[in-house]
Amino acid sequence: MGAQLRIYRRRMRSVKATKKITRAMELISASRIVKAQQRVLASSPYSTELTNAVTAVATFSNTVHPLTSAVENPRRAAVLIITADRGMAGAYSNAAIKEGDLLIAGIKERGLAVDAYLVGRKALNFYRFRDRAIAQSWTGFSDNPTFESAREVSAALITSFLSDTESAGGVDELHIVYTEFKSMITQTPIAKVLLPLSAPQSEEPAGILAMYEFESSAETVLNALLPRYVEARVFNAMLQSAASEHAARRRAMKSATDNADELIKSLTRLANAARQAEITQEISEIVGGADALASASAGSE
Amino acid sequence: MASSVLTVEVVSPEKRVWSGEATSVSARTLDGDIGILVDHISLLGVLVPGVVSIKTADGSKTDFDMAGGFISVNKNRVSILGEEAIPS
Repeated sequence: MGAQLRIYRRRMRSVKATKKITRAMELISASRIVKAQQRVLASSPYSTELTNAVTAVATFSNTVHPLTSAVENPRRAAVLIITADRGMAGAYSNAAIKEGDLLIAGIKERGLAVDAYLVGRKALNFYRFRDRAIAQSWTGFSDNPTFESAREVSAALITSFLSDTESAGGVDELHIVYTEFKSMITQTPIAKVLLPLSAPQSEEPAGILAMYEFESSAETVLNALLPRYVEARVFNAMLQSAASEHAARRRAMKSATDNADELIKSLTRLANAARQAEITQEISEIVGGADALASASAGSE
Repeated sequence: MASSVLTVEVVSPEKRVWSGEATSVSARTLDGDIGILVDHISLLGVLVPGVVSIKTADGSKTDFDMAGGFISVNKNRVSILGEEAIPS
């Protein structure tokens, strides 16, 4: 076998092996999207009910609560960015990080300092590599978040929100950046304000909702409700991000598999051409040799 | 209110644990036990760890062990939210 042909065969073998891997990852992600999507759906009654409840308290009481009222001169904001732990998902993590950068630039323009809270190894590595300050980070659950991990993250956020801005780690605003799972083909990074609650948008006019009775007082209810509200929002963001991650990975792996197919096709053509060239060369060598022998023996007669 | 039953939902962060129609719901809030019947005033309460029991429309009784949470009542819709709601 000629050297050229051997090189082509070797490259084809390696592309085929890669294709098997990307195909497997595509199938795995495809099966996990469905599960992740179901988890988003399953968690939505809880967060809808909590949002309704928070809206009710905020609408039907005049309680002033640190979690609902904006500070006059905010000094510091926390930004939670949710990304993936693993790569191979196309632009998924980078898109979220870019969205976060935009948000951070906007906040800094307003004269606030920014604390970065990161979820996912990709964001962590991005920040570390660029020597940016990280307030806190969590890794290891991006593709299958549990409520426990959401609670851990929100606990840190709420603590820093409730502590004084003068002290280390205290913040006046909470922002969250995650990837919204709109459909199998559309996932968009999105930035939202978690706290302070901007006057909850009640879709119905206030008259339709009845007056509420609070057990025991509006303030206690709010105190208990808001941390749960943040947890539910963070959990929902994590679940949506996880579903988006799987969708992005499936798409990236699908195009990698398609590209591998293309590559194998063109390599096969090149290898065939090389084999043909080799055969042609061998034939002409034999014919040439035979001719030379014939003319040599013809001369001796 | 025209309806004569309560529409009850018990939800946890991960899933809807139970939903159905009931004639009464009793739960323990910070202020003590409360019972909710049809046409109760809109209410929002903080639950303390304890048992929430639901008397369903067909007469049977369903209990849930709650590790804290909330109860919200609005127009014969009762939502019970808890980080942990275990049927007992």
